[in-house]
Amino acid sequence: MRSNVVLETRSLSMHFGGVVAVDRVDFSLRENELRCLIGPNGAGKSTFFKCITAQLRPTAGDVVIRDFNVTGSESHQVARMGVGIKTQVPNVFDGLDVEENIWLSASQSASVKRARVITSEVVERLELGEVRKSPLGSLAHGQRQLVELGMVLAGEPWLVILDEPTAGMTQDEVVRTADVIREINQSATMIVVEHDMQFIRMIAQKVTVFHQGKILVEGNMDEISSDHRVREVYLGHRKSS
Amino acid sequence: MNRSRETKALISIGIIGLIILFGAPHSLDLFSVISLTTAVSLAILALSLGLIWGFGGILCFGQTAFFGIGGYAYAIAALNFGGSTGAILAALIVAAGSAAVLGYFMFYGRLSDVYLAVITLTVTLILYSVIRRTSGPEYKIGIAKLGGFNGINVPPINYPWDATQFLYPEHVFYVAMVALLLAYFLCVWVTKSHFGRVSVSIRENELRSELLGYDVRLYKLCMFTIGGAIAGLAGIMFANSIGRITPDVFNLYNAALAIIWVIIGGRGTLIGPVLGALVLFYMTSFLGQQSVVNINLFLGLVLIVFVLVVPKGIVPSLIQLWDRRRSRRMTARSAKKMRRRGRSRVKEISVEE
Repeated sequence: MRSNVVLETRSLSMHFGGVVAVDRVDFSLRENELRCLIGPNGAGKSTFFKCITAQLRPTAGDVVIRDFNVTGSESHQVARMGVGIKTQVPNVFDGLDVEENIWLSASQSASVKRARVITSEVVERLELGEVRKSPLGSLAHGQRQLVELGMVLAGEPWLVILDEPTAGMTQDEVVRTADVIREINQSATMIVVEHDMQFIRMIAQKVTVFHQGKILVEGNMDEISSDHRVREVYLGHRKSS
Repeated sequence: MNRSRETKALISIGIIGLIILFGAPHSLDLFSVISLTTAVSLAILALSLGLIWGFGGILCFGQTAFFGIGGYAYAIAALNFGGSTGAILAALIVAAGSAAVLGYFMFYGRLSDVYLAVITLTVTLILYSVIRRTSGPEYKIGIAKLGGFNGINVPPINYPWDATQFLYPEHVFYVAMVALLLAYFLCVWVTKSHFGRVSVSIRENELRSELLGYDVRLYKLCMFTIGGAIAGLAGIMFANSIGRITPDVFNLYNAALAIIWVIIGGRGTLIGPVLGALVLFYMTSFLGQQSVVNINLFLGLVLIVFVLVVPKGIVPSLIQLWDRRRSRRMTARSAKKMRRRGRSRVKEISVEE
C-alpha cells in the first residue's frame, strides 16, 4: 500500500513569527488520486501549498515527493521533477502572447520540435485558437486562468497542484475547468486547493479539510458534508452568512 | 508576416552598418573618424545594457563598471604582453569574469531589482574612487602604472599576432564598427534563442518561470555575464579610440548616461539603445561646442521629456506609429472596396428592375 504514495508530508510546520500557519501536518497522497483541500480563510491551505511547492521553506518537518525529500529545495527543482504548479493569483507572462506562454512551459522539458506540437495541442484543447496571438495582458481574467492551466498541462506533469483554479471565473469557465481537471486526472495525480464548494462537488473524490493549520477531517464528499465539525467551521459558517 | 518584416529590418540594419563601415573613413576627416569610433564604442556599451535590461529585465545601474574594467584590463594587458591580440582576449575574460562574480552574489543572494541597481552603481563608484587614488608609482600591475586620475596611455591595436604593425585610426574605426555589428547580431541571436526567450519570460514574471522549472538565478547570471563581456568589448574599443583610459569611465555621469541612452532609444529593442547612444553622443558634443546650454541640464531635460511623453523610447514608439498608420490605411482601403461593391450591387438591382 505504501509504495504508491507519491507525496507525503511528515509533521510539516510553518510558523510566521508567533503565528502557526501549518501545525504538524501529516498528509499523504496516492498515485492517480484527485484530492481537494478545503478550509475557511486562514486555515493554512495556501501556506501548505507553498510549502509543498518549495516556495516557502517549512519551519519543521519534511516534504517527500516520490521518495525524494524536497525540503529545502528550490521551486524550480520541484517543478523539474514533473510537478505542474498553478498559483492562486494568475501568474502568467502578460507581455507575451498565448502561444509563447504555453511554448515556454512545453520547451522546458521537451525538445524544440515536440514543444511546438504540444503547444498547438494545448491551444486546441483549451479552445484558445482565436486568441493565440494575443498578449496575455489583453485577455479577460478567466481566459488568463485558463492559459495558466494550459501552461501546467504543456509541461506534461505527473503531479499537478492547483491553488484556487476557478477564482474569478464565469460559470461557463468553471464548468470547462472542471472538465479539464477531470481530463488531467486521467494521466496525473492532482491536488486542488479550493474555496468554491459547488466546484468541489463537481470534481472531488477525496477531500481534506484544513482548520487552524491542522487537518480536521479527511474523507469523500458525502462524509465531509455530513460531518458536524466541518459544518461548524466551514459550511455552517457559510450558510449563516 | 511579422517575422518577414523583422528579417527585412535586420537585413537593412546590416546593410546600413556596412555602408557606414566602408563609407565613413573615405568621406570624413580624421578627427571625425576618431570621434565616430568613440561613438561606436559607446553604442556597444548601450547595446549591452539594452540586452540585459531590455530583455533580461536586469536594471544594472553600473554597466559602465564592466566597460571600464574592460578598458583598463586591455590597457594593462597590452602594455604587459607587448601586443593587443592576447590583451583583447584577456580583457574580455576579465570583464565577463567580474560580471559573473558580482552577478553570482546578487542573483544567488536573490536581491530585488532596486538593490541590484544600487549595488551595481556602488561598485562603479567604488572603482572610480579606488582607481583615482592610484597615482603613485607603487601602484602598478606588471609594467603598467595605473596612473590615478590621469589614467593609462593605451598602446594602439596592432595586426593580429604582429605587435610591430600598428593600426591607424581609420583602421581602428573598422575594428570598432565590425565589433558593433558582431555584438549586435550576437545579441539578436541570443534574444531569439531558447535561452533568450526564457530570459524574456523571467523579465515578465520571475515566479512563473521558476514554477515552470527554469533556474531563474542561472539564467540571470548568464545574461549578466554576456552583458558584461559586451560592455568589456565596448571598453576595449573606447580605450583604443581615444588612446587613453581614465577613472572617469566609472563616474556617476557615465553610469547615468548609459541608462539614458537605453530609455531614449527604447527598451525591448536592440537597435534602440544603439541609436540612443549615437544620437545623444553627437547632440551633447554639438551642444558642448556651442556652449549655449549646460549639457547636464539638457540631458536632464531630455530624460524628463522622454519619461513623460515617450516612455517607451524612440524605436518602439516609431514601430507603433507605423503599425497604426498601416492598419488605418488598410481599413480605409477595405472600406473603399466595400463601398464600390455596394454601389455595383445597387446598379445590378436597378438593371434588373
